Amino acid sequence: MTEFTLPPKPKKTAWQKMRPYLIGIILLAIYIWTFSSIEIRWSRVFSQHTVESLTRVIPQLFSPDWSAFGKVMGLMWETLLMAYTGTLMAAILAVPFGFFAASNMVKNKFLNTASKWALNAIRAFPELVLALMFVAAVGPRPFAGVIAIAIGSIGMLGKLYSEVIESIDMNVVEALEANGANKLQVLFYGIIPQIIPEFLSYAIYRFEIDVRASTILGIIGAGGIGTLITIATTNRNWSEVGLILVVIIAVVTLIDIVSAQIRKRLV
Amino acid sequence: MIEFKDISLVYPNGTQGLKNVNIQINPGEFVVVVGLSGAGKSTLIRSINRLVTPTHGELLIDQENILNYRARDLRKLRTKVGMIFQNYNLVKRSSVMKNVISGRLGYTGTLRSLFNLYPKEDMALAYRSLERVNISEKLYQRSDQLSGGQQQRVAIARVLTQQPNIILADEPVASLDPPTSHQVMTYLRKVNKEDHITTIVNLHFIDMAMEYADRIIGMRAGEVVYDGPVSEVCEATFEEIYGRKIRDEDRVGGSDDA
Amino acid sequence: MMRKTSQPTLQGITSNQTKIRITSIFVIVVGFYLFTSIKTESSLLDLWNGKNGFINIAQNLFPPNWNYASTVLPQLIETLHMAIIATTIAAIISIPISLLSAANLFPNAFIHQPVRFIMNVLRTIPDILLALIFVGIFGVGVFPGIMALIIFSLGLLAKLVYETIESIDMNPIEAIRASGGNTLQVIGYAVLPQVLPQFVSFGLYVFEVNVRASLVLGFVGAGGIGLLLNQQVSWANYPNVMTIIIIIFVSVVIIDYISNKLRERLI
Repeated sequence: MTEFTLPPKPKKTAWQKMRPYLIGIILLAIYIWTFSSIEIRWSRVFSQHTVESLTRVIPQLFSPDWSAFGKVMGLMWETLLMAYTGTLMAAILAVPFGFFAASNMVKNKFLNTASKWALNAIRAFPELVLALMFVAAVGPRPFAGVIAIAIGSIGMLGKLYSEVIESIDMNVVEALEANGANKLQVLFYGIIPQIIPEFLSYAIYRFEIDVRASTILGIIGAGGIGTLITIATTNRNWSEVGLILVVIIAVVTLIDIVSAQIRKRLV
Repeated sequence: MIEFKDISLVYPNGTQGLKNVNIQINPGEFVVVVGLSGAGKSTLIRSINRLVTPTHGELLIDQENILNYRARDLRKLRTKVGMIFQNYNLVKRSSVMKNVISGRLGYTGTLRSLFNLYPKEDMALAYRSLERVNISEKLYQRSDQLSGGQQQRVAIARVLTQQPNIILADEPVASLDPPTSHQVMTYLRKVNKEDHITTIVNLHFIDMAMEYADRIIGMRAGEVVYDGPVSEVCEATFEEIYGRKIRDEDRVGGSDDA
Repeated sequence: MMRKTSQPTLQGITSNQTKIRITSIFVIVVGFYLFTSIKTESSLLDLWNGKNGFINIAQNLFPPNWNYASTVLPQLIETLHMAIIATTIAAIISIPISLLSAANLFPNAFIHQPVRFIMNVLRTIPDILLALIFVGIFGVGVFPGIMALIIFSLGLLAKLVYETIESIDMNPIEAIRASGGNTLQVIGYAVLPQVLPQFVSFGLYVFEVNVRASLVLGFVGAGGIGLLLNQQVSWANYPNVMTIIIIIFVSVVIIDYISNKLRERLI
């Protein structure tokens, strides 16, 4: 059999035909630009020095120095306290931001947009950048870290809160208003019961993130276990770094599990 | 020829799927398997392409026991056994053509298939299959833009592209409305007669079974309780198979509209 | 004659039990906050006392020194290149890993559980700590930074992707298998088309995360703009700091915007 009909070619507009090539060219250009201008010192990466470091660092990392356990746990505890303080400050301070940014609560368009922008602006910065500035402002102590955590968290919690508020059932509010309830009564009887579980859930979730973030603040002097990380790596004390790793992995995992359990029961 | 010789199947959780099944299906037959849900209809036809594996007995296709097949033989068997599903089982985000050409996968090398390098004959075959179920104009549409009946026709085209000797259809019309159901069954029947493909269809609608089948196999609790030509089947036969009176929901109706 | 009543006694709007529970949770949360805020020296009183530090810095930041921008831009580009390379490599490695972690493709728990466990552990290690370890091994430069980003984003991406794979429609897989397709063909024809848009979207999201993360890697000598920021802050060169901050802010906002627009069109 030699006779057969092939399917007709797909009909596409010029743009549809061009698009895959265009995307390909853009991607190719980005990668060429990236790989041609990145400066990796391969001579250092594949040097005798690296081989020596590998044979020294890796075994030490995997044999944690348990004699430092008390010291490490002490600073991990401080880290958790910092995360708790920062998260709780943020969980409360983010509430007004959330209300201002929610279009069904505040009818003022300018106030809405302004608060949304403020929240977005905060989220553009990593906590560590904020912490660096605050260390410069108030000196190298946990306080700088706590404020950085708090402000970073306001950015995210404010946004999440406003989304929760915008998704509430407004019929309840209307019903209460029809009953003659005043604004505060509407807030306490109609709005707060609807938003509390999700607010709490998000705040606890943010605590998980803040614990992770707090572990590294000490690298720039903002308190917590990070302080020890800097000291241990400068002294090339890799078995202590190994212990710190173990403690961070264990504590973070534990907190994630507990927090997930609590959040499951909340919502 | 397909021969079930004393086939039983026990699922890992202990459920008995099939119990001492002994049947022979001749080439070119159009067999409808009826029974209530859970009677073992699905297990029966899924045994034929080994989507499930019977735990006891022999299953011969053209005198070869397929229960001994390992990976390579199994894939070869499956290329020759097409299957149609209740939920069409198309890749919804892919185009109709891509779904239909996937019927050639068993014949095509892995690399060629992953780069869409099909011989012209295969492309033509896929297109011809679509024409046979009258849906070739939807060639380059995404499958999820099609109605249920259209998707099932694409699924038939996919099976035709496989050029199978056997077609298995597991409740092919259970998700469709009556007129569309008749349309799909008519296509299956047409393919069966034109290409002389052995066709085994699971159905639970008795009127539809009567209308399209050459032969009816009745199942209850994993056992074959009836097997005979459609001419000998009457309502009492179904009441025996189902173990209860026939109700309205056992009929699809609408055969006059088709 | 005393009559036993089956009706509960009226205890106000909420039952006494609920009242006690809510009150005790409230007391614990607030009490612990007072403890942590004193312990970390971050109470509201400290905030009030430290306000001058913040005000001083804020005043010193203005006006930004725009002449410094020409020094910052090459570093910013290096930062972006690090994020691009790391995201690309992580995306490629995440494909086999997420396939192996998907319980619907590899129902054998001995395959998917260990892979998931390793990824879970990787996700708990802060990226900057990874960077410190790699700097210790490979020396200062962009290479350890890229390595740290790859490992951190791999954990994140693999989780997102395997969860997507587990949520796909399994029916087409059965169909391809029934027509004689082998494992690779099943993946190419039934899994890939369902997962690809999500995969690209997650890739872009992880790129956003990596851009933020790479901004601070320079704090520990792992390349990028962080080096300059750390330097200028420690030299108290605040107008230059402000320039860096503005440049970071603008580029993060632009990248997030483009990435969000692309992701909206994908799904």
